[in-house]
Amino acid sequence: MTHVAVAQSFLRRQVFSVDHKVIGRQYLDLALVAVFTGMLLSWLMRFHLGWPETPVPGLGKLAPTGAAGGVITPEYYLALMTMHGTIMIFFVLTTAPFAGFGNFLLPLQVGAEDMAFPRINMMSFWVTLLAFLVLLTAFFVGDGPPLSGWTAYAPLSAVGEDAGPGQGAGQTLWAISIAIFCVAQLLGALNFIATTLDLRTKGMSLARLPFATWAWLITAVIALVAFAVLLPACILLILDRVAGTSFFIPGGLVISDRLQPHAGGSPLLWQHLFWFFGHPEVYIAILPGFGVVSQILPVFARKPLLGPRVFITCLIAIAFLSYTVWGHHMFLSGMNPFSATLFSVPTLVITIPAAIITLLWIGTIYGARLRLTSASLFALGFVSVFVTGGLSGFFLAQPSTDIYLHGTYFVVAHFHFVMGVAAMFGIFAGTYFWFPKLFGRMMNETLGKWHFWLTFIGVYSIFMPMHYLGLAGNVRRYSAFTDDYLQPLIPLHRFITVAALFTGAVQLLFLFNLMRSRLRGPKAPNNPWEATTLEWSTSSPPPHDNFGGRRAVVTHGPNEYGVTGPGGRDYLMQAESQ
Amino acid sequence: MITRYLAALALASVGGGAAGPPHRPPAAAGTISGKVTYTGTLPKLRPIDMSKEPNCVTQHPTPVMTQDAVTGPANSVRYVVVYIAAGDQGAPPATDTVRYDQKGCLYIPHVATMQVHQPLEIFNDDPHSHNIHPLARVNAEWNKSQPKGAPPIRTSWDQPEFIAVKCNVHPWMHGYFVVLATPHSAVTDSTGSFTLTGLPPGTYTVTAWHERFGTKSQEVTIAGSETKTVNFVLTARPY
Amino acid sequence: MGKFFAAVVTLIALASAAIFALHIWWLPPDISTHGSRIDRQLNETMIVAGILFVAAQLALATFVWRSGGARGPIKTFPGGATPMVVLATVLVGIEILVLTFVGSKVWAGVYQTPAAPGSLQIEVQAEQFAFYFRYAGADGRFGGMHPELMNDATENFFGLDPANDTTARDDIVVGSLVIPVNQPIELRLHAKDVNHSLYVPELRIQQDIVPGMVIPLHFTATQTGKYELVCTQLCGLGHYSMRAYVDVKSPADFMQWLKEQSPAL
Repeated sequence: MTHVAVAQSFLRRQVFSVDHKVIGRQYLDLALVAVFTGMLLSWLMRFHLGWPETPVPGLGKLAPTGAAGGVITPEYYLALMTMHGTIMIFFVLTTAPFAGFGNFLLPLQVGAEDMAFPRINMMSFWVTLLAFLVLLTAFFVGDGPPLSGWTAYAPLSAVGEDAGPGQGAGQTLWAISIAIFCVAQLLGALNFIATTLDLRTKGMSLARLPFATWAWLITAVIALVAFAVLLPACILLILDRVAGTSFFIPGGLVISDRLQPHAGGSPLLWQHLFWFFGHPEVYIAILPGFGVVSQILPVFARKPLLGPRVFITCLIAIAFLSYTVWGHHMFLSGMNPFSATLFSVPTLVITIPAAIITLLWIGTIYGARLRLTSASLFALGFVSVFVTGGLSGFFLAQPSTDIYLHGTYFVVAHFHFVMGVAAMFGIFAGTYFWFPKLFGRMMNETLGKWHFWLTFIGVYSIFMPMHYLGLAGNVRRYSAFTDDYLQPLIPLHRFITVAALFTGAVQLLFLFNLMRSRLRGPKAPNNPWEATTLEWSTSSPPPHDNFGGRRAVVTHGPNEYGVTGPGGRDYLMQAESQ
Repeated sequence: MITRYLAALALASVGGGAAGPPHRPPAAAGTISGKVTYTGTLPKLRPIDMSKEPNCVTQHPTPVMTQDAVTGPANSVRYVVVYIAAGDQGAPPATDTVRYDQKGCLYIPHVATMQVHQPLEIFNDDPHSHNIHPLARVNAEWNKSQPKGAPPIRTSWDQPEFIAVKCNVHPWMHGYFVVLATPHSAVTDSTGSFTLTGLPPGTYTVTAWHERFGTKSQEVTIAGSETKTVNFVLTARPY
Repeated sequence: MGKFFAAVVTLIALASAAIFALHIWWLPPDISTHGSRIDRQLNETMIVAGILFVAAQLALATFVWRSGGARGPIKTFPGGATPMVVLATVLVGIEILVLTFVGSKVWAGVYQTPAAPGSLQIEVQAEQFAFYFRYAGADGRFGGMHPELMNDATENFFGLDPANDTTARDDIVVGSLVIPVNQPIELRLHAKDVNHSLYVPELRIQQDIVPGMVIPLHFTATQTGKYELVCTQLCGLGHYSMRAYVDVKSPADFMQWLKEQSPAL
């Protein structure tokens, strides 16, 4: 086992620390900066969609090229969209639930003193930060950020600045940033797997692993394979851009009246590589949420999770199936139409384990003694939005209905519910739940509940109408709706814009609560929620070596709620003897 | 010899007067005017299909024809740039602002001439977005959208170049920024006529350039305040 | 607060479902021969997904309503996890079987059948940021495409070489897709620069256009009128403005229109 000595200087303890708890908090802070950046970008996008000709005060100064006089140009809209998607998916939905919470909690939950490779762990955070900074640099170079979306479809992303502003230096920085990010996640995933498998404390059999740890472990396995494909794909893209290769660029392209000096590449190759990563990435974003909700619901329902083994089996099934479905992003891409049917079947099959897990959550709430706190409200909200997002997947999993809905706002609604909002609700639930352990202080529950109600109603107001837009044929990634048939939909867009601005503003409430509680919140006891897992056996926040020199000995599983425990408690701690 | 001497004098006086108001013709200023015509077979003129932008279709009661080979009466050619290619080094720089408009999904004028560093203003007069993409090779290329109601784009060019300009949003929109070292340039009108004024005595190379019919040059000597006629005949090809 | 949660979830679920059910925003009427099957598939999926949506949200709401603030002993779900597994596997499994079998037929009908013999052939060139359509002209043959000759300035969108290629001289190139009603159409999709996608909601067709590939797409329109054809694959700054009109004409009007067109170059 790694021996952890307490470092002396402030810099070594709080900044360049190898302590997984510091690194976990650093990841969460990075995600916090990233999520507010991404949200600000979405505000600008939504404002533009509602009122395209109204100048945004101050934006003209920030982006004199992209938004002269504060009026957002079409290319700047696409740049905002690209950066919003990239920041949210990579630097929020991957960083917070997986790297952030996972780093802080996984070693605690398995009873380890630290991660298996603390230095690699530290490196993975700093490499992630580097990737984020490289991405942000794209705002300030040449013609600005790239505009080819977070999916960066080639050849638009591969041919350079002939394809439009931002497709020069901005797009190169994007590809470099994502390549760096892949390296960081590979390092992190290895660490998660090694720690879970090798550093479990006495008595912590795999069957006794908490659900969140199971989710992080499986997520790490998915990440290891997924990022290992995206990394070389990004390197090939960079080579196409700077070294004159043609991996993704076919011959005979004429862009801006210029014949391109490329031949022999395949645009579909990029799509295959990207989605082979991209679909598992959806599960990298959402599976930690599954784990968090499965761990939080029993705590506040005061009863065990229904079917714990079924839950884990379903997680493993999802992980396996997640590699067989990427082609459903490509039904209409020009690949062989026969393969569409092949990709459709596993896509529909993957809904079975997801549906089982959802029913397990709902069944867990049945007959519970529910304690409604900010954390449990967000966990319940997670179930609701996940159901909503999951069901709209039925339409997109079938090639025949995808013919109509592909490329419309229906898709935007679907993935925002299922991976955006659901994953964010998982992050919120996790934050309210583990904040006492993270910072040794309690968050304000009143503010937390207001945050939940307004956000819950807000996200439905934003994203439910997007289904209606999609059914009406409203095409996504449009910076303005000049088409005749889209004109009648503009009032609905304005409604969504107002809802988005409002819901975004509500998040400032969360930020305020977070900052104030961090500094002034009441001191947290060791186990404020009466939970069973190991992190609640130690102090809040835990000491440097997690368990104060002792070694936790696990005697029970994580699911012992609604039992008769010592001292009249209705639960048994995993390390009950301590 | 005497002309050379006079030209040098005129140049010297021009040099001294560079700080004065723009385009004040020097004391003894000549004029070159003429016509540009073509021989050969013209490419077919075709109506521009603007159907994707109904705003623009309604602005043109009769279909607009392609502008890459516009001709007039008596085989005259429109949109030919005639300019002093050599002989007027040191002429006072043009400082007035060149205006370039996007209206009815056309560039107006189709061909605009300007001197290096001369200010250029690009306006969007249409009720929708445009995109201006000067396909510069020598100068720095740029590509900007100009939404409805956005302020004019103010710019200038550093090097002489014939820059094709396209609108990425409306592929049929096509024009030229002809950036020249000289302040003396003109674009032929619908009768193929042009006039270059304010030329001090001297010997000049006058060049006519057309986007499809190529380039022709002639030497012209201006002796005083006279008007010399120079005509060009360009060769047209059908494809 | 549990009751409040239940009420909010119920309200959201019912209101959302009602807006779907009332077709307040819905697909435009279908004008193609194959579209009714897509619509039926979409309707059936909507009914099943709608029922599952309302049922799941109401179950969540009901259980939260009953257990929020409860004081009594906890109860396990009758039968434990088994009914959940059975319910999900059977319900979703049947749904998957039905959707796959029926849906595959619909998909195959559009994408895995050859175009009817005698279909009107139209070539499509997608470029940043417009569509151009090419008809073979009097000789019934398309001229070859030469990328090095493609030039927007001379309106040579397809890279035709009329100087050397006689079949290209009578090709007709226009900016709208003009087609006769009730006649099978086969489009051959080309992209000049980056990925594009061709989407006509009313015709229930959508297909990516990929540079370096020629992708066929066939359909038959059943109603005359003017519809919009838009790009649905992010292709650059002017993506939002990349559209064309589809003009479905009676056969006689179509022939008349075709006669009035002058060759491309």
